[in-house]
Amino acid sequence: MSRPALRILIIDENRIRAAVIEEGLREAGHGEVAIIHDIAGIARRIADIEPDVIVIDLENPNRDMLESMFQLTRAVKRPIAMFVDRSDSASIEAAVDAGVSAYIVDGLRKDRVKPIVEMAISRFNAFSRMARELEDARTELENRKLVERARGILMKSRGMSEDEAYALLRKTAMNQNRKIAEIAQSLITAAGLLEPGDDL
Amino acid sequence: MTADCRITVGFLPLLDSALLVAAREKGFAEAEGVDLVLVRENSWASVRDRLAVGHFAAAHMLAPMPIAFNLGLAPLAMPTIAPMALGLGGNAVTVSVPVWAAMLEAGASADLDPTTNGAALRQVIASRAAERLRLAVVHPHSGHNYELRYWLAASGINPERDVDIMILPPPLMPDALAAGQIDGYCAGEPWNSASVFRGTGRLVTTKSKIWRSSPEKVLGVSAEWADANPEALGRLLRALYRAAQWCGDAANHAELAATLARPGYVDCEAEWLMPALSGQLLGADGGQIAVDDFFVPLARAATFPWRSHALWFYSQMARWGQIEASDANERIARETYRPDLYRAALGPLGVALPGANAKVEGSLTAPTPVGSAGASLVLGPDGFFDGKVFDPDQVARYLRLS
Repeated sequence: MSRPALRILIIDENRIRAAVIEEGLREAGHGEVAIIHDIAGIARRIADIEPDVIVIDLENPNRDMLESMFQLTRAVKRPIAMFVDRSDSASIEAAVDAGVSAYIVDGLRKDRVKPIVEMAISRFNAFSRMARELEDARTELENRKLVERARGILMKSRGMSEDEAYALLRKTAMNQNRKIAEIAQSLITAAGLLEPGDDL
Repeated sequence: MTADCRITVGFLPLLDSALLVAAREKGFAEAEGVDLVLVRENSWASVRDRLAVGHFAAAHMLAPMPIAFNLGLAPLAMPTIAPMALGLGGNAVTVSVPVWAAMLEAGASADLDPTTNGAALRQVIASRAAERLRLAVVHPHSGHNYELRYWLAASGINPERDVDIMILPPPLMPDALAAGQIDGYCAGEPWNSASVFRGTGRLVTTKSKIWRSSPEKVLGVSAEWADANPEALGRLLRALYRAAQWCGDAANHAELAATLARPGYVDCEAEWLMPALSGQLLGADGGQIAVDDFFVPLARAATFPWRSHALWFYSQMARWGQIEASDANERIARETYRPDLYRAALGPLGVALPGANAKVEGSLTAPTPVGSAGASLVLGPDGFFDGKVFDPDQVARYLRLS
C-alpha cells in the first residue's frame, strides 16, 4: 500500500540544526524535505512547496506572523493548523521542552504526523546536547588558559614553582568557595591593574 | 522575608514589561517572599505554548490574548485569566518618512492628533493608484490590531480593503520599515521611538489618543495555577502593584530605562525608552511632542483589570470577524478579566480601588475623582477619539452601530 510521500518543510535559522533534522527525516524514509533558513519571502516559498507538515524552531521570532499567515487561505492554498493532539499531553510537553513546534495541513491524519514530530523532537534534543557539550568544552579550554596565565604571573612575581603556584590558586579557591578559574581571572585582572601602564 | 515561592513569568522585550522587571530588580517580589524568575521570549506564540505546558505560571500578555485563548481562537492555549493590567497606553503608530511627507502635504499635523492625521492618511491612500499601503501589527489578537483598525475605520479607511495589514514581531518593525518592506506599523515602545531615532520613521498618533486610558498588556495567568496557588498569586499582584508605584514616579524613570535596556530585558539603547516614560515623544523635526499619558503605569487605576476593557476587545474580535458575537462568548470575554482577584490581593494594602468592575468607556472627558475603597482615586479621561461611547452592557447594540 503506497501513499503519496508527505512533503515536510523545516523552518530554522540554525543551518546545522536544520541539517540534523533533515538527515533524521531522510533516514526515516521521508524523501521530500525542504528547508527554509531565511524568513524573507516565506509566503511565496510555502505556497510553492505546499508542505503537509511544517517543523519550526519554537524560538523563531516569526511564529506569530507564520501562524496568522497559516490561517489566511489567501496566503497559503490549504489551511494549516498547529499540530496538537490534546489526548497526548506528554508529547506536547516533549515538543515544547525540546523547543519544537509543528504545523500540519488540515485533514492530515495525526498518526502519520506523529512519528515526524517525534523525530524532530529527538533531533532537537540531540542538537541541544551537542551544543551544550561544545559549550562546556569551550569553557573548559578557556578556564584552563586562565589558570595557565595566572600560574605564570605567580611564578614570575613570587618566584614560585609551577606546582606551588597551582597549589596556591587551588587553596585560595577552596578557602573562598569559588572556582579556580574565577580566582585566576581575578588575579589576572589585578596584575593588569598593578602593572606600570600607559594610562597615567 | 525569604523567598519561599518561585514564580516563573514569560515576557517579550517591550517597555511595558516594566512592572515585571521592576518587581524583580527593585526587590518588590522578594519583599513579598516571591522568587520571580523572568524568561524572555521571542514570540507571543512561544509565551502561549510555554504557559500551556506549565513552564510559566503567568506571562506579560497582549490584553486581548487571554480572551482569545478562552474563546478557543488560539491553538494549544489553556484557560487563562487576567487579574491585573500592566499599565495603560504605550503604543504608537509609525509611518515611513515618504508616507509622512505625503501626509504632511495632505494636512497632517505634528501634534499626533488622530482625527487630523487619519484624514491626511485617507487622502494619501486615495491618491495612491494601485499599490496598497502595507501596515504591520504584532498579533491578530492585539490592542495594536484593534486600535489601528478602529482608527483607520473611523477615519474613513477600510482596514480590510484599503490597506494590507500584516503581522511582524515588534523588534523587527524598525528594520522592516527602513528596508521598505512595510509602510507603517502600530507597535509598543521602544519600537516606534527606535525608528524616529534612526530617522527612518515618524510618529503619526498614539494609542493614548485613539483610546484614552486603555490597557495594552495584562498579566495573563494560567487559570489552573491561579486556582492551585491563590496565596502566591496574591503576593505576585502586590509585588507588581509596588512595582507600578515605583515605575509611576518620574524620579525613577532614568533608572528604569537603564534597567530595561539591559541585554536580558529589552536589550536596546536606554535613550530609546525615555520618550515613552517621560511622555516627551520625538517629533519629526527633532523637537518633542508632549503626550503626558502616553504610558501610565499607576495613575488612573492603570493596573485595574476593567471588564469593560475585556468587552471592548471582544467587540472588536466580533467586528473584524475573528469570533461570532453571542451571549456565551461575551460572558467568556467578561469573565476572563478578574477584578475580584485584584481586589482580594490589593485590598489589604489600602490602595485606591474603583467602586465598579466596569465603566462606560468614553464617559469621562476629564480627570474625575471617583468613589473608591481605600485612598482617593482619579479616573480618566477615557474614551475614543471619535467621540463614540462604549457601554459594556450594550455590546450587541455597539456592534450594530459600528
